[in-house]
Amino acid sequence: MSMPSQDQAYNFAYLDEQTKRMIRRAILKGVAIPGYQVPFASREMPMPYGWGTGGVQVTAACLTPDDRLKVIDQGADDTTNAVSIRKFFQRTAGVAVTEATIDATVIQTRHRIPEAPLNRDQILVYQVPIPEPLRFLEPRETETRKMHALEEYGLMHVKLYEDIARHGHIATAYAYPVKVEGRYVMDPSPIPKFDNPKLEMAALQLFGAGREQRIYAIPPYTKVVSLDFADHPFDPSKADHPCDLCGADHSYLDEVITNDQGARMFVCSDTDYCAGRQASGHHGRLSPQEDAA
Amino acid sequence: MTPLFSVRDLSKYYGARIGCANVSFDLYPGEVMGIVGESGSGKSTLLNAMAGHFAPDQGQVMFDTRLDGMRDTVTMSEPERRMLSRTDWAFVHQHARDGLRMNVSAGGNVGERLMAVGARHYGDIRAQATDWLDRVEIAQDRMDDRPTAFSGGMQQRLQIARNLVTAPRLVFMDEPTGGLDVSVQARLLDLLRGLVREMGLSAIIVTHDLAVVRLLADRLMVMKSGHVVEQGLTDQVLDDPQHGYTQLLVSSVLQV
Repeated sequence: MSMPSQDQAYNFAYLDEQTKRMIRRAILKGVAIPGYQVPFASREMPMPYGWGTGGVQVTAACLTPDDRLKVIDQGADDTTNAVSIRKFFQRTAGVAVTEATIDATVIQTRHRIPEAPLNRDQILVYQVPIPEPLRFLEPRETETRKMHALEEYGLMHVKLYEDIARHGHIATAYAYPVKVEGRYVMDPSPIPKFDNPKLEMAALQLFGAGREQRIYAIPPYTKVVSLDFADHPFDPSKADHPCDLCGADHSYLDEVITNDQGARMFVCSDTDYCAGRQASGHHGRLSPQEDAA
Repeated sequence: MTPLFSVRDLSKYYGARIGCANVSFDLYPGEVMGIVGESGSGKSTLLNAMAGHFAPDQGQVMFDTRLDGMRDTVTMSEPERRMLSRTDWAFVHQHARDGLRMNVSAGGNVGERLMAVGARHYGDIRAQATDWLDRVEIAQDRMDDRPTAFSGGMQQRLQIARNLVTAPRLVFMDEPTGGLDVSVQARLLDLLRGLVREMGLSAIIVTHDLAVVRLLADRLMVMKSGHVVEQGLTDQVLDDPQHGYTQLLVSSVLQV
């Protein structure tokens, strides 16, 4: 993809150097204490809260002029959120961008982990809306901080208990709570629980919550365990279909309604992964046929 | 016999005002103690200070812990105190809403304390919750309803089940029958008396209702303006009050 040169009216990657240093300090602390939510002085960004202001600040603090950036929104490279953040950094940092997971050095993501395994030279930055996993059961911040400090995590299981009591199984399908390195319970941002096993990976994972002013991290190869009950073990479920475009039966799928008669198709939510498979000759049920013309 | 719980010179001031001053007593295993007095006499302040909800300004609150024997809960570390308050201690609030999670089902409310001490088997948690709801006379088909759908009396019984599920040795109760109508009160008292006797619980009950202490308490402490003015066996204090204020209190009970 072509890249315009950096807009000289802004400092590299928009934020001033002092701010980036402050964010880097928070990131280092987060890496030192895996899963711990480090408060930081989140700045106003030129986009609304909920669009990834936390992730953008973390990305800005990590970027160097040599980096190659990929931005995905629910796995897709071509949706509004991904396109606007990618353009933002093209303009303010002048960095190279890519849609290929393996070519990127920094990947900012909203609500997905790419299907392709990441390597140790990559950084995965998550946009986090609500960093506190205990929030919906305990609204007091003073109390949740104390619960983290004293490792009182029984309440997290109350949420899972409620799921089973009401639905017969653990119905939490995204933002599924995990325990990091046997210590802190963490909200992995609203990724589908299908992605939870991938949280143990080679790349550095950083989480930024702009409105809530928190940064946390999972260093490479850190142990991440999804919470569950002995008799209701964790199940990283997905739609029971192959992708209708590339035929993959092991990737996370989006369900797309194709007309108002209820016809539907399942496609990979990771557009780069799906396109790569199609290019290498994989077909699905609804792939365009070569001999159709 | 060593006391289970022992309070020495406990005082709590709100600025220059006295919350409670120089309260001392011993509570032995299986004993139920009532604290009575008018509104503002420092009953609830005393109870909250004993239960560790805030730090007293002076005094000791000793508890006979399972592991280390007598320990001063005021000076023990916060994690230890919080652990104590969800295992060996229980606190029944006057308003059930303060002691329950209103957006969590009845079963979840009872299960919370079990999960807080490490229970991770759904079937076991559910079985224990079922057993406890049954003991406090809440029908099984209400188990997955939220407490918001319960009557006041049911909420209070649920709060008691939630507190007793970890088999505590000491229960603090703050006006457990307040705000309930008399027939519901009677059932609740009957239930409480049964549980206290059956489980051999020790309890400290704060109330302004003399009928409650007459039914439940072995011993009675009368408070006025933050001070203990009289204490002794319940029947003795109620039948032969010595202090002027106690005499007033006993004589102001309405006779039907």
